[in-house]
Amino acid sequence: MAGAIALLKPRMAARRAATSESLVIKVIFITIVLAFFALFLVLPLVVVFQEAFSKGLTVFLKTFEDRATAHAVWLTLLVAAIAVPLNTIFGVTAAWGISRFRFRGRSFLITLIDLPLWISPVVGGLIYVLVFGAQGWLGPWLQANDIRVIFAIPGIVLVTVFVTFPFVARGLIPLMQAQGAREEEAAATLGANGWQMFMRVTLPKIKWGLLYGVILCNARAMGEFGAVSVVSGHIRGKTNTMPLHIEILYNEYHFASAFAVASVLALLALLSLAIKTFAEWQSARQLRQTNM
Amino acid sequence: MAAKHLRKVLPGFGLTIGWTLIYLTLIVLIPLSALFLKTASGGWEHIWGTVTEPRVLASLRVSFGVSLAAALCNGFFGVLAAWVLARYEFPGRKLLDAMVDLPFALPTAVAGIALTAIYAPNGMIGSLLMPYDIKVAYTQLGIFIALVFIGLPFVVRTVQPVIQDLSAEVEEAAATLGAGRWQTFQRIIFPAVLPSILTGTTLAYGRAVGEFGSVVFIAGNIPGKTEIAPLLIITKLEQYDYTGAAAIGFVMLVGAFVILLVSNGLQSWDNKRRGLA
Repeated sequence: MAGAIALLKPRMAARRAATSESLVIKVIFITIVLAFFALFLVLPLVVVFQEAFSKGLTVFLKTFEDRATAHAVWLTLLVAAIAVPLNTIFGVTAAWGISRFRFRGRSFLITLIDLPLWISPVVGGLIYVLVFGAQGWLGPWLQANDIRVIFAIPGIVLVTVFVTFPFVARGLIPLMQAQGAREEEAAATLGANGWQMFMRVTLPKIKWGLLYGVILCNARAMGEFGAVSVVSGHIRGKTNTMPLHIEILYNEYHFASAFAVASVLALLALLSLAIKTFAEWQSARQLRQTNM
Repeated sequence: MAAKHLRKVLPGFGLTIGWTLIYLTLIVLIPLSALFLKTASGGWEHIWGTVTEPRVLASLRVSFGVSLAAALCNGFFGVLAAWVLARYEFPGRKLLDAMVDLPFALPTAVAGIALTAIYAPNGMIGSLLMPYDIKVAYTQLGIFIALVFIGLPFVVRTVQPVIQDLSAEVEEAAATLGAGRWQTFQRIIFPAVLPSILTGTTLAYGRAVGEFGSVVFIAGNIPGKTEIAPLLIITKLEQYDYTGAAAIGFVMLVGAFVILLVSNGLQSWDNKRRGLA
């Protein structure tokens, strides 16, 4: 503690004492927050890696030699590879339309785009079962044509698209609104067509904000559990994504293997977090520069 | 739709809004309307019958109740964290700041099994609490812990920018006029930050109510005690009781909608207040 105070002192001196708390209060606040973060954020992460290697490296590696695990990894990548580009295209188009034009119902449209964030993932899965399931709207037709959506890969892709629907749009809309359209208008006046304008003027301006949204979208797509759980049917080696495979391994008491798969997803989350934070810094810097 | 003068210069209004509406309709609106129609097809009595089943009622109480407790806890610690991150300089602050978003990035199932491993009777913290007869995993306390984990970033990320935007002059003026730090906090800072605290807490609440992955592992899922509403939807689906599942889903949707409405209202109230100030 004494060390922490010594570290704090020189920087704190710069701040006026009258509009700041006393050093003791600061140290108490920082300690509480550090303890809270250690307990709720750091400890779970540490436990994931600790449990993953609790039975040694051999068990860890063996988990990924298992065909069901390998298939789960493949399916997770496949689902993200479809869902993320679809929602990225949607996010960019929606952000362009909403941030560059004024029309009636604009804020209502933003609310509708946000909707999947506030719907329980399980309800998200449920509504797709109600459309595509055996008793659903399209159920009889799908059955007659021998197309499987629910308890098959298309259903998993669809609910993942639903759950990750707002991420890119949500990141871009406020950014593009803040940046304004002056440069695009200049480009248009100089005779650029829409595509040229987007590629040469808009995209360089929004690239970090776009990366931010895509990273969050991808993290959620690979990690989604509730919605996918409803429509997957949990067929081992067929319709199990990594999060679902973790559940199966866990429920079968293969704890070390469950945590081994979990550690890969945790590593991915940490990587996403690092890229996201970097993109955020870059985006804020870029926004300051454009507004100057 | 009138896009007026901007439309003349910038292209793509029809294309972008057109695609946005088509995609939105296909992915969100049509499936969502299926829920409403399915619920309606069961009739009002069936909805009422399902929702008032003791087991369903208990699960709704757990979902909405424990979530509220977790959101309030986040309201407290989230604000403290936002304050510390926005106002203090200390080594590791940026790392701490980046850590806040971990619950967004970490798959819920991973968080779920990790928290269970920590708080199970033989786990790192669970075993420490055993002698005091405190059980966390497989009780409502476990659900609470998982929901605190999930909700934290919502409060921090809503409150932090507001604290950063507070103008130093007002605080300086208060200090010059002889206000102590606590007085300044009570009379100047807290009223300015309060709307964002309420918004953040509401957002955390909304997220917690629907949360599934991080909760199912640690909850133990004992009907009537630690069974959450989303799990009961899955149970109903497995029993092919589609209208029953739809009815619970409908209630959760209405709940989420009310929470979203409150949060939007608070946000626009806050914007107006800050715009006037």
